[in-house]
Amino acid sequence: MSHGSEPIADAAPGAGAEQITEEITGFLTDALRRPIGPDDDYFELGLVDSLFALELVTYVEQRFALTVEVEDLDLDSFRTAHRLTEFVRRKTGADAGRRTHVGDH
Amino acid sequence: MAAEGVPTVKCLVWDLDDTVWDGVVLEGDEPVPFPHVPGVLRALDERGILHAVVSRGDHDVATAHLEAHGLEEWFCAARIGWGAKSAALSRIADALNIGLDTVAFIDNDPAERAEVAAALPLVRCYPAEAAADLPERPEFRPAHVTAEAAGRRQLYRTEWRRRRAEEESGGDRRAFLASLDLVMEVAPATEADLARASELTVRTHQLNSTGLTYDEDELRKLAASPDHQVRLARLTDRFGDYGIIGLSVTELTPDDAVLRLLLMSCRVASRGVGGLLLAHLVREARSGGRRAVAHFLPTSVNRTMLVTLRFAGFTPVDEPSAGGAPLVLAVPDDHPLPELAGPARLLIRDA
Repeated sequence: MSHGSEPIADAAPGAGAEQITEEITGFLTDALRRPIGPDDDYFELGLVDSLFALELVTYVEQRFALTVEVEDLDLDSFRTAHRLTEFVRRKTGADAGRRTHVGDH
Repeated sequence: MAAEGVPTVKCLVWDLDDTVWDGVVLEGDEPVPFPHVPGVLRALDERGILHAVVSRGDHDVATAHLEAHGLEEWFCAARIGWGAKSAALSRIADALNIGLDTVAFIDNDPAERAEVAAALPLVRCYPAEAAADLPERPEFRPAHVTAEAAGRRQLYRTEWRRRRAEEESGGDRRAFLASLDLVMEVAPATEADLARASELTVRTHQLNSTGLTYDEDELRKLAASPDHQVRLARLTDRFGDYGIIGLSVTELTPDDAVLRLLLMSCRVASRGVGGLLLAHLVREARSGGRRAVAHFLPTSVNRTMLVTLRFAGFTPVDEPSAGGAPLVLAVPDDHPLPELAGPARLLIRDA
């Protein structure tokens, strides 16, 4: 992956949603080799095959230092960069309002 | 059958000079192939074993000489040059997506064999004089020889042309997939398919939901059982036939259609057809008044299948259970009926 190797979410409580969305659209644009906006549904656009689906999940885990559990694999969390940003903030505790389990589970 | 624990050979890599033909091919020199070589190429090809070339010299001269003697069509990959042969062998194994423990190498030169053996201890090396006897050896006798295995060389050569078309498409994946004119056909398994279907259950690891393996007899019983459905997916595109690339085994209970095994060949993982097959299976379950249920047993390599199942709407219905029991997932009743959209057209054949 060309998006650096350091997970940015070690500083997750401080990482802004905009910064995360920008990271994710950058990754998507590179990986899918076409411009992807924050609300583009790349699943509906027919751009996702089995290999890319796993690549996307693995990217999110490594880049944001989190673990995607079986129950997290909800298409609605993954279908746009904005949805993914919400998911990342939820998982990393950056979204304090919805924080339930801080840290791993 | 091969000795226990030692996989049979999937690709035999040939040296050319003094191994395939009697002498060294140079411009102006015309060595003749050894008389036993065409028969060995054919015999192994018919068993689904691939042939490749790793040799010294000039690529164009050597390839032209293979063509002149009608041998070029037997080979699905060639690396001819002056680098270490072990490196060339590794790259061929990568390109064919096979493990080095299924690669064999035949060369008249003991120094070349020693270099390969030292660098790649899993590769089995043979001297040139062993060529005529290779088809008799157990490691060249795969347990499953199917009609499709015999055509494997053509599949790889077709795949090579596809790869070049993809490189030339400039990277727009959707446009490339659309240009392929993919057609996936889903049909109940028939007697003629059972050997290939069984082979798929043994050979497929990544896009495999539970890793259950079935022999031909078991599949025959399941296909005939009113409580089960065995479905096979075939894929074609404008370049040719991918053959059977997907298999599902579903157990029907009064309320549920339980997907006990779903697998897709890794050759088509980048074709976007896994979701299409799942969408079809969910619709088939619902049209029979049943809930679509899938079992999943994690391994170190099959997370792709879990992601595919989850993104197709399958949701865990219970806590992960201990003791090796599979994870049970189901498509909730209020989940919208999946659309049969994707890069491929779907043809459904009934029993």
